[in-house]
Amino acid sequence: MFDADAVRAPYSGLLDWSRNMPQELRSLKQNEAEALFRRIGITFAVYGEGGSPDRLIPFDMFPRVFQADEWARLERGVKQRAKALNAFLVDVYGRGEIVKAGRIPARLVYQNEAYETAVCGIVPSKGVYAHIVGIDLVRTGPDEFFVLEDNCRTPSGVSYMLENREIMMRMFPGLFQENRIAPVENYPALLRRTLASVAPAKCDGTPRVVILTPGHFNSAYYEHSFLADMMGVELVEGADLFVEGDFCWMRTTEGPKKVDVIYRRIDDAFIDPLCFRPDSMLGVPGLMNVYRSGGVNICSAPGAGVADDKAIYTYVPEMIRFYLGEAPILKNVPTWQCTKPEDCKYVLEHLDELVVKEVHGSGGYGMLVGPRSDKATIELFAQKIREKPWNYIAQPTLALSTCPTFVEEGIAPRHVDLRPYCLVGENIDLVPGGLTRVALTEGSLVVNSSQGGGVKDTWVMAE
Amino acid sequence: MLSRTAENLYWIARFVERAETNARLLEVGARNALIPNTGGGYRNDWESVLQASGGAVGFAEKYGDIVQRNVETWMFFDRDNPNSVASCIEKARENGRIVRTALTTQVWDALNIAFQEVQVFARTERSRLSLSDLTDWTLRTTALVRGSALNTQLRNEGYDFTNIGHYLERGDSTARMIDTKYFTLLPQISFVGSGLDNYQWRTLLRAMSSNRAFNWAYGGDIGPPKIVHFLVLNRACPRSLISAVEGANDHLDRLARAYGRSGPAQTKVRAMVGELAEMQVDDIFDEGLHEFLSRFIGDIADLAGEVHGMYLSGDVR
Repeated sequence: MFDADAVRAPYSGLLDWSRNMPQELRSLKQNEAEALFRRIGITFAVYGEGGSPDRLIPFDMFPRVFQADEWARLERGVKQRAKALNAFLVDVYGRGEIVKAGRIPARLVYQNEAYETAVCGIVPSKGVYAHIVGIDLVRTGPDEFFVLEDNCRTPSGVSYMLENREIMMRMFPGLFQENRIAPVENYPALLRRTLASVAPAKCDGTPRVVILTPGHFNSAYYEHSFLADMMGVELVEGADLFVEGDFCWMRTTEGPKKVDVIYRRIDDAFIDPLCFRPDSMLGVPGLMNVYRSGGVNICSAPGAGVADDKAIYTYVPEMIRFYLGEAPILKNVPTWQCTKPEDCKYVLEHLDELVVKEVHGSGGYGMLVGPRSDKATIELFAQKIREKPWNYIAQPTLALSTCPTFVEEGIAPRHVDLRPYCLVGENIDLVPGGLTRVALTEGSLVVNSSQGGGVKDTWVMAE
Repeated sequence: MLSRTAENLYWIARFVERAETNARLLEVGARNALIPNTGGGYRNDWESVLQASGGAVGFAEKYGDIVQRNVETWMFFDRDNPNSVASCIEKARENGRIVRTALTTQVWDALNIAFQEVQVFARTERSRLSLSDLTDWTLRTTALVRGSALNTQLRNEGYDFTNIGHYLERGDSTARMIDTKYFTLLPQISFVGSGLDNYQWRTLLRAMSSNRAFNWAYGGDIGPPKIVHFLVLNRACPRSLISAVEGANDHLDRLARAYGRSGPAQTKVRAMVGELAEMQVDDIFDEGLHEFLSRFIGDIADLAGEVHGMYLSGDVR
């Protein structure tokens, strides 16, 4: 956002707004925001850190802004990517044309941990495997966006997109009168419509959609219940569902009700103990049989994870060319696969300038940020890479864009990323907004909430 | 409505009411403990409180001798006692968190704040907490939860399940509290009608916040038949058994109408209302107060079983 010490156009008005805000008002508003978050109950449990499960993610009041034309381009890119990822999934669980054409190594697909043989040969309703695609982006220049990773399973965080906006509108109604900001509040309705549009073959009448949660001990339980509430659908646990005959039913006070579409927020392995992990208490025994025979749809489809694997990621531009015959609009970050000997050699030699991630890791855990690590840490990591090269990929540290952020001393630039949520059903939709995460520590590039990142409201200016 | 959601709402109400019962029982015990032990023969009043709360065995295992302070700990703070005030509030709040979206902000706030305050009590030095502070707090808190639900919850099926839980627990609770009197009196039937006896009856009325209401309704003259009439058969008394059973009946009727389906729960509750409506005080004493109350507690448990089978278990076809 800082062009040679000047801020870009969309921010100039906001900068005045923030500079004119007296210190007392600022802390008053910050406290108000925090109280609102606590009151609504948006909290966040950090895995492996212990401490209070009722922790809040820090909220920064300075919004992230996109102009209409910037967003339009981004939107085309995100939709293009979501379309290609789905085409890839239908292909690799079907004829495997992309592998036969030699565009992706067979080993990477079929021996991938996330490749699910149980769904081979299934074409889900409307040919969609990944119904909610969260694409993590960073910006490095005026028109340059890089995709960090794709999330095809059950990307979380969308409740923040909605609540951050809600809180900003409540605290600063004036800003919304002065600026024409595209609304995001129809996301839940759009999500419900998307899920209803992929009702299974055997569903006649209005499809009944439910959200399947692992339960109230899950760290994202708030989001599950929030979405169910906003969509007006039931929030169910595995034990609330059962299979009888060719269908899946929900236990209600009026007797069983047929369920047509399950938006599941549990991992593949737990969906059906008869098909996947036999010790799973979270899933529904027999569900996969109903799914296979078109009695119910599961969103995202089991097996969708193979498309967002970090090793497959490298080939997404290839997918776009192969399935859509288009040039990729969003760029991939150049990636070294440590499983390739020559790449591994390069990575080990340049650890101090690279970011190294685990192939299946997420949440900012188990990663190395070379330029910000000391020699001992780097040496330790090199050891890990030598032991299990296939477990790691590496990327250059990008010159991430920054966004003005409230800090102790006033306003300062902090690094941000963006996750828009693309909905894929009969249509492909993208609400104008997303989750902006911000690295609150000066100079830090890690935006994960588990690693001290915060969130911001994301504005797309209407034309 | 999802059976599990209905079950959560039902149990929130039961736990809140149960917390209140425990506080009231503690109050009965504390007041009775203030009268001198002149009679000599009768059993420790605290034991009757423990008996009535259903926690006598658990208490004996953990603490052995009955000492007031231990009873207070057991009935208010102890997490090993599933029915202690702290356990009930915690479970009610956890049930509330699970069905957060089925609750209004007011109800959730009341539950959440109650939970936070119990944590504070648990960290406070005991000598700074008097028993009456604790019981007052419990009554205030449970009234806030109940009042918020009555004032703000949508009048849908969830409201019915909440109320069914509330009324079943309340019927059970009143029956148990009257029964404490029985436990106290058991060894020395000669106390009946004595000054001590009246004091204990008064205490019971006080514990049910009904002392003054009784005076208005019955003209102040106290005696077992009047009190039993008041607490069992009088519709004007909000804690009487008939009020509880009729409350449950109303809400089971509403459900039957809404779902177009009536079943064993409705049959059972109607039979209970029918019996109480016809009953005279003499019938109760003929049967034996304790026997009658035990049978009533059993009936409430059966009714709860039918409600569970028909609506909450999710096994209904």
